[in-house]
Amino acid sequence: MRKHAERKGLRQKHQGRRVQAAAALGVLMASVLAGCGLGEGDMAARYPNGEVKVYNWGEYIDEELIEQFQEEYGIRVIYDTFTTNEEMFPKLQAEPGMYDVVCPSDYMIEKMIQYDMVQPLDKDKLPHYDNMGTAYLEKMEEFDPGNQYALPYTWGTVGILYNTSMVQEPVDSWDILWDETYENEIIMQDSVRDAFMVALKRLGYSCNTTDEGQLEEAMVTLRDQKRLVKAYAIDEVRDKMIDEAAALGVIYSGEYLYCKEENPQLAYAVPQEGSNIWFDGWVITSGAQNVENAHKWLDFLCTAEAAYKNFEYITYATPNTAAQEMIAAEYLEDPGVFADEETIGRCEVYRYLGDEMDNIYYEFWKKVK
Amino acid sequence: MRVKKFFSQIYMALIFIFMYAPIVTLMVLSFNENKGRRWSGFSLKWYGELFQSDMILSALGNTLLIAFISATAATVLGVLACVGINSLKGKARNAYLALNNIPMLNSELVTGLAMMLAFIAFGISFGYATIIVAHITFCVPYVVLSVMPKLRQTDKSVYEAAVDLGAKPVYAFFKVVLPELMPGIVSGYLLAFTMSLDDFIITHFTKGAGINTLSTLIYSEVRKGIKPSMNALSTILFVSVLILLCAGTYGPGRKKKTEKREKVK
Amino acid sequence: MNKKKLLAGPYLLWMVAFTVIPLIMIAVYGFTDRTGAFTWENVTAMIRPEHMKALWLSLKLAFLCTAVCLFLAYPLALILKAKGVKKGSFVVMVFILPMWMNFLLRTYAWLNLLDDGGILCTLLEKLGLARFSIIGTNTAIVLGMVYNFLPFMVLPLYNVISKIDENVINAARDLGANGFQVFRRIILPLSFPGIVSGITMVFVPSMTTFAISDLLGARKIMLIGNIIEQEFSTAANWNLGSGLSLVLMVFILISMAALSHYDKNGEGTSF
Repeated sequence: MRKHAERKGLRQKHQGRRVQAAAALGVLMASVLAGCGLGEGDMAARYPNGEVKVYNWGEYIDEELIEQFQEEYGIRVIYDTFTTNEEMFPKLQAEPGMYDVVCPSDYMIEKMIQYDMVQPLDKDKLPHYDNMGTAYLEKMEEFDPGNQYALPYTWGTVGILYNTSMVQEPVDSWDILWDETYENEIIMQDSVRDAFMVALKRLGYSCNTTDEGQLEEAMVTLRDQKRLVKAYAIDEVRDKMIDEAAALGVIYSGEYLYCKEENPQLAYAVPQEGSNIWFDGWVITSGAQNVENAHKWLDFLCTAEAAYKNFEYITYATPNTAAQEMIAAEYLEDPGVFADEETIGRCEVYRYLGDEMDNIYYEFWKKVK
Repeated sequence: MRVKKFFSQIYMALIFIFMYAPIVTLMVLSFNENKGRRWSGFSLKWYGELFQSDMILSALGNTLLIAFISATAATVLGVLACVGINSLKGKARNAYLALNNIPMLNSELVTGLAMMLAFIAFGISFGYATIIVAHITFCVPYVVLSVMPKLRQTDKSVYEAAVDLGAKPVYAFFKVVLPELMPGIVSGYLLAFTMSLDDFIITHFTKGAGINTLSTLIYSEVRKGIKPSMNALSTILFVSVLILLCAGTYGPGRKKKTEKREKVK
Repeated sequence: MNKKKLLAGPYLLWMVAFTVIPLIMIAVYGFTDRTGAFTWENVTAMIRPEHMKALWLSLKLAFLCTAVCLFLAYPLALILKAKGVKKGSFVVMVFILPMWMNFLLRTYAWLNLLDDGGILCTLLEKLGLARFSIIGTNTAIVLGMVYNFLPFMVLPLYNVISKIDENVINAARDLGANGFQVFRRIILPLSFPGIVSGITMVFVPSMTTFAISDLLGARKIMLIGNIIEQEFSTAANWNLGSGLSLVLMVFILISMAALSHYDKNGEGTSF
């Protein structure tokens, strides 16, 4: 009996200490929470004009712009990011009012138009719309006839980023990505459309093909290539190339400038066989709850100053001609950053090919890996 | 015997190194001036940047708040359930225990996906509530599993004696049973808290617009390269928990406790 | 006394609402196509070669990971028992504390150690050894899994083994059993519940992970978890994703049901 009582006492002591630790933990937490949360009342006072819910690619804006917009317009920006178009789409489809403005790519915009997930822009509410270059708007009509829905944000090409100290020969063909000498030195894009674009273009086909025979052929070449590939990556291509972990990488032109500044050995080329030209554009969702504020957000991004500031930060080419006038000539004339007419001529925009075709692409992609 | 002891020390040290090598790496890199993994000089700038970043701070707030609410709710729910289940016998009891095993046997992947589909099917919009509900759901089983054995060990006659002596059942429960369960409850709570804190997969599928926990924020940053300020935050968190833990275990009063324990043995 | 039963009511409601109903939803999606018509296709899709390949690889790696965890954790649990109860704080220190550093971050940290230009590689290079990187190989993934799931093996094992009464062991010794016999006849059978729950708690997450293979596999390696996750997040084919996860779930449940037979009271899983 004595033993029992003693054990109980001990247990209580032991437990006391643990409770103390838990309590201390609670205090730590409470202080952190108090430090970072603003009460609802404070929010209303700071942002009298409500909110706007923005869904953008990760690291695809100069965050100071968000601050600036919040202050100038008195609108709170609820900002969230996605990593792929495909990840964004089902979320928005499941809950159309989850975000007010989204920044998908060309083919996804086309898909969203077909699914009635976007609403036409009210251009009267976008006084700075005229800053957009007409050449870009024309190209965008391929997937957004009449430029009704999308406001261009960035544009560029897909090409090969290579390290000039590791690759001596000229890089002008996708064939180099199948060259045995670069075994384990190649980084491929880990997205279905981009990976297949590389293979299809190399074979001389359209990157919007719906011919299963051509896709099969592309799949086989990609599967053969896997042996040489060091990694499939999306945004990591950038850091790996800067770290010289690989000699060749398939990359979006927008990343090139940043890479070159971090590592001057890096160069960018769009192969002769042709490639993809892409546009990322802002759209307002059909379920948007803050349509007015969404337009204000878009117009803010259309101003030359904001677009220029953003270019400086994200280094993706801007279609904003007023901002282009502020950009140094060395960048403007670098075909890696702002592709020239001849390059654009070789490139194709991705089109939305229908859910069935998307599935077929994806099934082939699984077979590659 | 000496040799054996030597080997066991080495073995423990190796496991320790294995578990801590990446953590130390992160800590060291949080003081690196450069963004990459090459050392380029000592700097505190990431710590400065950390306190400038609203994104990281609000993710931290969310993570702690969610863990706190879910662990608390799960503990209450779990303790009640244990008392209830313990009074059951045979099939009913086994049915409950099987139910409890579902989230543990089901992978997080399936649990997270299933919840996402259910929330969508019933038109529940994603937000804090969905994350918290999901976290409570996967935390409860851990609480039940921590408390159940303690409840089984408690002597029923003590409770009955208290009732015989005139205590109301609720009073008797709080005075007699609960203290006995306390170690189980505390470890269940801490476990639930830690699991919620560290969860990625389920949060990934049930989170709403603009709400990030540290896990989901990190996952979205992985592809662009994680900002060293995230390492800085983890270092701070880790060190503060370490200090708390040491204060709890090695603080004053520790010596007496061990003495007593020896005696009991 | 009967009123006590009611206390389990909220729990029952909660678990039905948030585990059983969601599982039914998965089944609904899994057995229908995009248009909502009934189909077996999503479930039978598991036997397609690219899915079987991923399932087989997942099974192989999960098995390997579980085995490695068991072989690492068992001696550790024995050592900890030999050192006495107060080493419980060692377990907390080494296995619970790291969880306060985010799991993705910890896994990502292995990249810093193992990748090209990583710390270990640079070190090896400096020592004059060849430059190599295990990132993008199965080894890297198993390493990541073992690192993340080892605590789930150690905790239940330690829990069960530390409870084995010294007197039983001493009695066996007195009766002339040697070290091996003590282990085979006493410690091993008594620790069985811990082994079972440890295996469950390591095997299930390693069979279904997608984050670890994403981070350490250079995305060249597709586990079944990656396939399912991508059906949801990139291919937007929720029906196929649901169908595949149903099969995976049944697969896991069957293998675990066979195991949990040995751990009726859930002794091992308590912490």
